[in-house]
Amino acid sequence: MNTRRIVGPFNRVEGDLEITLDIADGRIAAAYVNSPLYRGFEQILQGKLPADALVLVPRICGICSVAQSAAAALALADSLSIEAPKNGRLAANLTLATENLADHLTHFYLFFMPDFARAEYESRRWHHGAAERFRATVGSAPNQVLPARARFMRMMGLLAGKWPHTLAVQPGGSTRPLQSSEVFRLHRTLREFREFLETVTFGARLEEVAAIDSRAALDAWRGKGGGDLRAFLAIAEDLDLWHLGRGTDRFMSYGCYREEDRRLFPAGVWHGAAAPLDIAAIGEDITHAWYAAAGLPQHPASGSTLPVAEKEGAYSWCKAPRLAGQVVETGALARQVVAGHPLARDMIEGYGASVAARVVARLLELALVLPAMERWLGQVVPGEPWCIAAPVTDETSGVGLIEAARGSLGHWITVRRGRIHNYQIIAPTTWNFSPRDAAGQPGALEQALAGLPAGASEPLPAAIHHVVRSFDPCMVCTVH
Amino acid sequence: MNLLWLQSGGCGGCTLSWLGSEHGSLFRELKDEGIELLWHPSVSEAGVDEARDLIEQCADGRIAVDVLCIEGSLLRGPRGTGGFHRFGGGAQPMIDWVRRIAARAQHVVAVGSCASWGGITAAGMNPTDACGLQYDGEASGGLLGPDFRDATGLPVINVAGCPPHPDWITETLAALAHGRLRAEHLDDYGRPRFFADQLVHHGCPRNEYYEFKASAAQHSDQGCLMEQLGCKGTQAHADCNQRLWNGEGSCLRGGYACISCTDPGFEEPGHPFTTTPKVAGIPIGLPADMPKAWFIALAALSKSATPARVRENAHADHLLRAPSVKRTKR
Repeated sequence: MNTRRIVGPFNRVEGDLEITLDIADGRIAAAYVNSPLYRGFEQILQGKLPADALVLVPRICGICSVAQSAAAALALADSLSIEAPKNGRLAANLTLATENLADHLTHFYLFFMPDFARAEYESRRWHHGAAERFRATVGSAPNQVLPARARFMRMMGLLAGKWPHTLAVQPGGSTRPLQSSEVFRLHRTLREFREFLETVTFGARLEEVAAIDSRAALDAWRGKGGGDLRAFLAIAEDLDLWHLGRGTDRFMSYGCYREEDRRLFPAGVWHGAAAPLDIAAIGEDITHAWYAAAGLPQHPASGSTLPVAEKEGAYSWCKAPRLAGQVVETGALARQVVAGHPLARDMIEGYGASVAARVVARLLELALVLPAMERWLGQVVPGEPWCIAAPVTDETSGVGLIEAARGSLGHWITVRRGRIHNYQIIAPTTWNFSPRDAAGQPGALEQALAGLPAGASEPLPAAIHHVVRSFDPCMVCTVH
Repeated sequence: MNLLWLQSGGCGGCTLSWLGSEHGSLFRELKDEGIELLWHPSVSEAGVDEARDLIEQCADGRIAVDVLCIEGSLLRGPRGTGGFHRFGGGAQPMIDWVRRIAARAQHVVAVGSCASWGGITAAGMNPTDACGLQYDGEASGGLLGPDFRDATGLPVINVAGCPPHPDWITETLAALAHGRLRAEHLDDYGRPRFFADQLVHHGCPRNEYYEFKASAAQHSDQGCLMEQLGCKGTQAHADCNQRLWNGEGSCLRGGYACISCTDPGFEEPGHPFTTTPKVAGIPIGLPADMPKAWFIALAALSKSATPARVRENAHADHLLRAPSVKRTKR
């Protein structure tokens, strides 16, 4: 028998999420993901001065605030054909990395792990420990992590004035020159955070975690100590989270953290093999979203956003971006698979993307990026320039592509007569939590949920919570 | 004292700012103040059906809510339906939930400038007809109306800011928990005076540049940001340079303008955010309570008295000249 069930509000995701489930024979026959909040940033931005976008876009999202700033700064720099001086580029890397790592930490400890404290798992041998450690607001972990996170966010006080919502990230570089004593203080903050990760999260040196190169090596490593990652790995094995939540197995990354002649994590696509990323092949389909019909899917450089209150077949404010017509998954796992990290590639061999692989990839990035931050900080030269002036151009266009913690973020700007003529944004969760497209292809989460056990009325199984949160969704970014 | 926190047309940044509190774990801070979180969308365990049941009980009075915190603007569109934000796994618009719970709650707190006035979500053409709980921009009204008073006679308490400092939120809630927040502790816009009676200018490390009107010409310059780069610190109501952000930060310390984000209407300043509007070379926005003639006279005088050290450093991104060292003869 077919039953329809609407589940929401999903919490411990950033913003609002609701999912409609068609349930047949105790399983999800089809899932429809709804982003129920519309604010209209793309409409708000129209007619504004290009530089004013730097005030508006970070406020799309309180958790990806700097990523939004960085994408806008890159789009403006592209439109003006300017490039930040080396110190400005290093400051941009450090600011974005601080946000991304803090987000990984927040996701793991505050959003994702509390689900293992649920009463549903009381019979599991690990439940007592997991509940004591990870239970929302009262567990030992959230109460230990919040102060450590706040200490780490002192990076933002010095690099960006405050977080969230800074104006320090400019197309010409950073507004915040650092003096050498301040660089010293930043080093000290990084050292403190490294110590926290190595003692609390990993029970191992970051370099040791970064060098794990396969599932087998990860399993072997798990037996050799403590820390919260190992606690998760034990739970993941018991609940078989390595075989839960498979999406499309097409992975995309815009690449991020520009270094001298490369990016720390390169751009690309992976579908069984590496392929170059073709930005021109992006199209946004609005067949099942509450927007005035535009006919064919539109490339964001010429996209439009015209909300309509009612529309036949529509069920979300989220558009459906596709790459060459295909659904792709984006996020830390996709980023590391594209970058060729051996553990990330090995984790998707066999089953494909899973809840466990997504969570491990996020923590792996903590171990990969913090040493890079230490390196970038060492390359800063106080006394050399931080920012160049941005010229004003009346007719131009540009694109800014960046990786937020939860995946690929793109801004496309067109300027006419000195004002923003069009501004289109595709956020990471727009990709992952998109509705169906004209061809009826479900989005990545919709595919990942199909086939999971679920009942018509009993409490929603925790497995569904795990799959949803494994994507680290940011719903405020999704629709914006 | 229990607390229900709901989010609507905002970015979640007020919560993220709050979680960055630097007095140990925020959860312990709340416990110490006797504040119990009934539900918060970002941090509570309960979700989906369980959360909806709890919120329904708050709305129909089966659970008595002491403090309702709203983060984000209230979206009245399209055409008054509230359909731009439906909440709770169903068709009911969020503005209906907020009206129902606000009518029963002991106190109502607007967290951030969106919930206070409409904020950034109300910028530009305001596509969602966004407003605050008791203000629509500078106009009293908003979703709950100008006459709204809570069970104790207080209006909506506006912990404005984009985002607010974590301590502004916690200290407001603590004052409520201890029964120490009365009408006289709120300013004309319903903002707690403990932070709103200060100016961002107070404690600004660029004060010597301000005194001599030695102004930054471009981003990353060390000079004062008021004359050229749009800074409203001398008019903005907040204690950002006394109570610092993320350790030792503030907007001005970060090298960019104060955009007066605690004020209603800050999202539409009528000029580019980081360019100071002027008439005949004089900034339109003068320091709070400063007569224009005196400002002009003092600015002219102080500019002519600017030491070379201050003038040169103002246009550099690092110290070119240090203050001279005074030697006492033996």
